Amino acid sequence: METTTITNNFKSEEYFINMGPQHPATHGVLRLLLTIDGEIIKKVEPDLGYIHRSIEKMCERDSYQQIVHLTDRMDYLSSHINNEAVCLAVENALEIDIPERVKVIRTIIGELTRIASHTLWWGVMGMDVGALTTYFLGFRDRELINDIFEETCGARLTMNYNIPGGLMYDIHPNFIKRVKDFIAHFKTKLPEYDKLLTGNVIFQKRMKGVGILTKEDAISFGASGPVGRGSGYSCDVRKHHAYSALDKVNFKEALRTEGDSLARYEVRVQEMWESMSIIEQLIDNIPEGDYKVATNAVIKLPKGEFYQKVEAARGELGVYIVSTGTKNPYRLKFRSPGFSNLSLLNHIAVGGKIGDLVASMATLDIVVPDIDR
Amino acid sequence: MNISLSITKNIHEWLFSIMPEGIASITEMVLIAVVYLAIFAVAGLYLVLLERKVAAWFQLRIGPNRVGWWGLLQTMADALKLVSKELTGTERADKFLYNLAPYFVIVSSLMALAVFPFSQEFHAFDINIGVLFLMAISSIGVIGILLGGWSSNNKFALIGAMRSGVQTISYELSVGLSLLTMVLVTGSLQLSEIIEVQKNGWLIVQGHIPAVIAFMIYMIAGTAETNRAPFDLVEAESELGAGFHTEYSGMKFAYFFLAEFINMFIIAAIAATIFFGGWLSPFGITESIPLLGVVWFLGKTLVIVFLMMWFRWTFPRLRIDQLLTLEWKYLLPLNLLNLILMALVVWLNLTIQF
Repeated sequence: METTTITNNFKSEEYFINMGPQHPATHGVLRLLLTIDGEIIKKVEPDLGYIHRSIEKMCERDSYQQIVHLTDRMDYLSSHINNEAVCLAVENALEIDIPERVKVIRTIIGELTRIASHTLWWGVMGMDVGALTTYFLGFRDRELINDIFEETCGARLTMNYNIPGGLMYDIHPNFIKRVKDFIAHFKTKLPEYDKLLTGNVIFQKRMKGVGILTKEDAISFGASGPVGRGSGYSCDVRKHHAYSALDKVNFKEALRTEGDSLARYEVRVQEMWESMSIIEQLIDNIPEGDYKVATNAVIKLPKGEFYQKVEAARGELGVYIVSTGTKNPYRLKFRSPGFSNLSLLNHIAVGGKIGDLVASMATLDIVVPDIDR
Repeated sequence: MNISLSITKNIHEWLFSIMPEGIASITEMVLIAVVYLAIFAVAGLYLVLLERKVAAWFQLRIGPNRVGWWGLLQTMADALKLVSKELTGTERADKFLYNLAPYFVIVSSLMALAVFPFSQEFHAFDINIGVLFLMAISSIGVIGILLGGWSSNNKFALIGAMRSGVQTISYELSVGLSLLTMVLVTGSLQLSEIIEVQKNGWLIVQGHIPAVIAFMIYMIAGTAETNRAPFDLVEAESELGAGFHTEYSGMKFAYFFLAEFINMFIIAAIAATIFFGGWLSPFGITESIPLLGVVWFLGKTLVIVFLMMWFRWTFPRLRIDQLLTLEWKYLLPLNLLNLILMALVVWLNLTIQF
C-alpha cells in the first residue's frame, strides 16, 4: 500500500506540445499535436489545412490545359512529374498518340526532377538530424539541375513544361550537353554525400532501428515511393506500370527490407544513382520529331472516369478524372503520396524520443502543399 | 625589460601614489575587470565572426563580407542591433528568474577567464586552486540555462533546459576527471605552476598514452559542456526551435549567445593550458621574447576552437539517450581507468621529460 502511494506521487505527467505550424522541422506549415511523457512520444496527431488552396475544386472550374499549371503548386519539388500525370491522364482519355521524342524528353526531365528533389531532401534530412553542412551540399547540386530547367523550361521551380499533347516548346540546344555535364559532375559528388553523412557513426545510430515500418503496415497505410520501398514493398510505378519512355530503359527498383529510417534513406540515395542511369540511357537517343501533337483549343474529354498514376519523387501520384464530356472535369481527385505517407507518422514515431520523431519525419520527406493541396 | 610589465607597473605605482592604499587597490581591481570585460566582449564577438567564416568555408559559401573589410564589423553591427531591440517576454513567466538567468550565464563565463595565464606576466588572478576554480565557476552557467528555460513559461524552453541540466551535470564529471588525470602529473592545481612543469615538455607529451586519452575525453566532454554540436540538444534547432532561449530577445539573448562563444574559448583555453603548454613556445624557441607568449597561447587556443567548429559543421546531433549512454557507459569508466593508468605512469616514473 505504502509503495503504491509513492509511485503515484512520482508518476510522470503526460503533456501536450504544439509542434508547428511554425517549426523548423515540419518543413512548412504542418502542425503536429504531440503528447509527450518527458522525452518520449505518446501520440502524434498531424493537423492539416494551413496551406489548403482547394486545388481540386479549382480544377473543376478550369480547362484541362489550365489544370496542368495548378499541379505545379502541389508537390513543388516534383512539379514536372505532377504536370506529366495530368497530361498523361488527358492524353490517354483522348487516345492521342504522343511522339517518341516527347516521351523521352519527359522521362529525362522527370528523372532530373527526382534527383533535384532527392538532393534537397538529403540536405534537409541532414539538417533535421543536426548536420547543417549537408544543406548546402544538397543545394549546390540542385542548383545545377535548376539551371538546366531554367534554360529549357523557362522556370526553375514551377516548370509548366508539359501540355496535353506534348511539350510547351522544344528542348534548348544546350540541353543535352548540360545534362551530360551534370551527370558527370554528380557522379563525383554523390559519393561525397555518403562520406559526409551516411557513414557517420552518429548518423547510423540515429537512423538504424528507428521508426520501423513493417511491409504489412506499409501496405495497409497506403505508403508508396521510397517510404514503401524502404519496407520491402515493391511499389515503383515506373516498374510496374511504366509510362512515357520508362519501358525502354533498364533500372533497378531500390528496395530495402529493414523498414527503418536508414532503409528509407538508403532507398533515396540509391534512387539518385538509378535516375542517373536512366538519364544516361536516354540522353543520347532522343529521337527526332515533333515536340507536340496538335490538340483542339478546347479539350473535351469523353464521358467517363480516367485514372493515371505516376511515380513522383515522394511516391505514387494518382490523378482521377471524372468527366461528363464537357471542357471541365466534373470531379478531379489527386491521390498525393505525401498524404498517405504522413498518415503513418503516428505509427512509426510513438515510443521514440523527440529526436526520433524529427528524424523519422525527415525520412518520410514531407512537402506540406502536397498533403494539403 | 618588458613593455607590458612596465606599463602595468607604472599604473600600479601611480595609483598607489595618489590614493590611500585601500581605495587604490579597489580602483586597480575595477580597472582590470573593465579591461578584461572589454577584451572578452570583443573576443566573443570575433569568435562569432570566426564561426560564421569557418561555417562558410565548410559549406561552400563566402560568409559575411559586407560590413567592414572581410565582414570584420558584421558582428559589431549585429550586437548593436541586439542592444537596440525590444526586450520581449512571455505572459505569466517568472519575471525575476527570467531576467536573472542571462546574468548567471554571462557572469560565470567571464569570471572563469580571470585565472588564465595569457603569458608570463599577463595573468590577472593566480590562485593555488586554479583548476578547481575553473571547474566550479564554469558549472554555474548551467543554473542560468535551467532558470531561463524553466521561467520562460514555454514547453520547448523547458525541455531544452531539462536536457541542458542532464547533459552538463553528466559531462562535467568527465571534464573534471580528465583534468584530474593531468593534475596527477603536475602535482599542482595552480595554473602558473602547471605551465612551469611543462617547461620539460608539454603535458600531452609528458603523460603520453594516458594524456592523449585524457585529451580526447576532454575534447568530447568539453564540447558537450558548451552545448555545441554534436551535443547541441539544448538548442536543437530542428527539434526545439531555439531551445532554452526561445523566449529571450535583444540583449538577454545576446548574453546567452555570447556566453556560448566565450565558453568555447574557455574550454579551448583550458585545453591549451593543461595539455599544450599554455603560453610556452614549442622547445622554447621564442623564450627570449616573453611578449610572444600571448601569441602562442592564443594560437593554440584558436586551433582547438577551430577543432570544435569542425565538429559542429560536420557531425549530426546525438539523441538524448545516446548522449547519456556515451557519458555513463563509455567515457566515465574509461576515464576512471585512465586515471589509474596515469597514476601508475607517474608512480613508476614513466613520464617523458626533456
